[in-house]
Amino acid sequence: MCGIVGLFAKKENISANLGVHLSKMLESMSDRGPDSAGLAIYGKPSASKTKITVQSRSPKHDFQKLRKFLSAIKGISYSFKIHSTHAVIKLDVKKKDQVTNLVKDTFPNLRILSVGKKMEIYKEIGKPAEVVKRFEIAKMKGSHGIGHTRMATESAVTTLGAHPFSTGEDQCLVHNGSLSNHNSLRRELIRKEMTFETENDSEVAASFITYRMNSGKTLKEALESALVELDGFYTFVVGTENGFGVLRDPIACKPAVLAETPDYVAFGSEYRALTSLPKIEKAKVWEPEPATVYFWGH
Amino acid sequence: MHILDFNKLSLRDINKTLQGSDKNDFFSIRNPKGSHALAVGINKKITVKVVGSVGYYCAGMNKFSDIKVEGSAGPGLGENMMSGNIHVTGDVSQYAGASGHGGSILVDGNASSRCGISMKGVDIIIKGNVGHMSAFMAQRGNLVIFGDAGHALGDSIYEANIYVAGEVASLGTDCIEKKMTKKHLSNLENILSNANVSDYNPDTFRRFGSARSLYNFKVDNAKIY
Repeated sequence: MCGIVGLFAKKENISANLGVHLSKMLESMSDRGPDSAGLAIYGKPSASKTKITVQSRSPKHDFQKLRKFLSAIKGISYSFKIHSTHAVIKLDVKKKDQVTNLVKDTFPNLRILSVGKKMEIYKEIGKPAEVVKRFEIAKMKGSHGIGHTRMATESAVTTLGAHPFSTGEDQCLVHNGSLSNHNSLRRELIRKEMTFETENDSEVAASFITYRMNSGKTLKEALESALVELDGFYTFVVGTENGFGVLRDPIACKPAVLAETPDYVAFGSEYRALTSLPKIEKAKVWEPEPATVYFWGH
Repeated sequence: MHILDFNKLSLRDINKTLQGSDKNDFFSIRNPKGSHALAVGINKKITVKVVGSVGYYCAGMNKFSDIKVEGSAGPGLGENMMSGNIHVTGDVSQYAGASGHGGSILVDGNASSRCGISMKGVDIIIKGNVGHMSAFMAQRGNLVIFGDAGHALGDSIYEANIYVAGEVASLGTDCIEKKMTKKHLSNLENILSNANVSDYNPDTFRRFGSARSLYNFKVDNAKIY
C-alpha cells in the first residue's frame, strides 16, 4: 500500500495556498504510507534560472562546505536556500550541467534529488506529518504539486527510496503498486545510459518515462508505452513542467480518485485525501479508467 | 432519529452505537469524510442514512438493516452482506457487493471494476456503468446493469443472472448471452420493484449467464497437464 496525492491549480487562490492544501492531503494518507513521505512542488520559474535540490544526511556540515565550494567557482552567481536536510540552489541555466557535475564529483555524500526550472523535491523518512513540518511545505506556493506516502515493499526504507523520483528535468513520478519486471527493464535502461540511484521499482518507471520523453515522445506517448512495457500493479502520477498525468494499469486494483472544480484538479488514492479541499462537495469526483492516460496542463 | 457526527465522535464509537442499537432505530451520520468501514457488521433491522461520501468497506457484512449513502462509496461496499438493503446515490468503487449472500444493493451512479465478484445470492442494481471483470465467478443472485459493462463480464460465472441494458465491452470465459424468457423477465421486474425502481423499459435488457462448459473436467484437456 502507498498513498498518492496531486493538486493542479487552475486559479490563483489555489496556487497561493498549494503547500497548505498538499500538506493536509499528504497527512490524510498517513495510514497508507507511514514510513516515508515526499512532495514535488512546481513553483514560479525565474527567467534563465534553474533549481537544483540536493539532500544530505549531515546538512549542517555538508551545506556549509557546498556553499564555500560554489562561491569559489568563477563566474557563478547563485542563491542557496536550506530546508532541513535539503537545499535548493538556484543558478543560471547555462551553468547547470557544470555545477551538477562538479557537485556530483566533489560531494559524493550529497544526493541530487531534482533539477528543473520549476520543480523542487522534498522527501524523507518519517510520518507524513513530520515530513511536511520539517520542510515547511505549508509555506510553499506553486502551480501544481504531487506527493506520496510510502509503505515500502520492493526496497529499503531510505530517503532515496522515498518518492517522488525524478530522472529528468522538471519530471517526476510517484507510484502506488509494485512492478515485477523492473530488474530486466533497469538493465535495459542502463544499456541506454540511464543512471540509477536505488534498487527501487518505481525509479525504473520514472527512468523509463524520462527515457521515452528524451527520445522525443510526448508524456502521453511515454505513458502509453508504459502500458505495454511495464508488468505489475501501478497507479502513477507523473509531474511535468506544465502539469500532471495519471495512469493506472489495466487491472486497476490500486485505487485512484480524481476531482475537478473550476479552481483545481486533484488526485487522491482515496476520497479521504480530497476532503480538506475547498468546495470538494461541489466537485466532479470520479475514478479514472484503467489503462487510460489523463493529463492536465497549463 | 439519532444524529452521529464524525466531527464529535470516532469511527469506533459510531460503529459501536450502530451495532448496539435497538431494532427499528433510525440514525443519521454526518461528516463521514471518506471514512473506512463505516456501518459494518450490523445485524438488526435499523435504518442508517449517511450524509456524504464514505471510504473502503462501508456496510460490510450487513444483516437486516437499511443503509443509504448520500454520496459515493469507496472499494468493497457491502462486502459479504447477508441481507438488508444498501442504497448509494453516487458512484461506488471496486468490488461492490463482493461475495454477498443476500439482500440488495442499489447504486444510482457507476460501479467500477469487479462489481459483484463471487456474489452468492445478493441482488445488485447499478443505474450507471460497471467496470471490467464484474460478476467474476458469480455463483448466485442477480446483477442488473442499466448502463454499459466493461471487459470480461461474468468470467467463470456459475448460476447468477446478469441483466444489461447498455453495451457489453466483452464477455468473460464461459459467459454467454441467454434468451430472456418470461421467467427471467419476471425475475428482473421483481428485483427492480423490490428496490423501488420503476423508471425502466424491461425490453431493453439482455440476459447473460453461464455456458456451464467449465463445470466438468474435459478429458481431452488431460494432455495439457
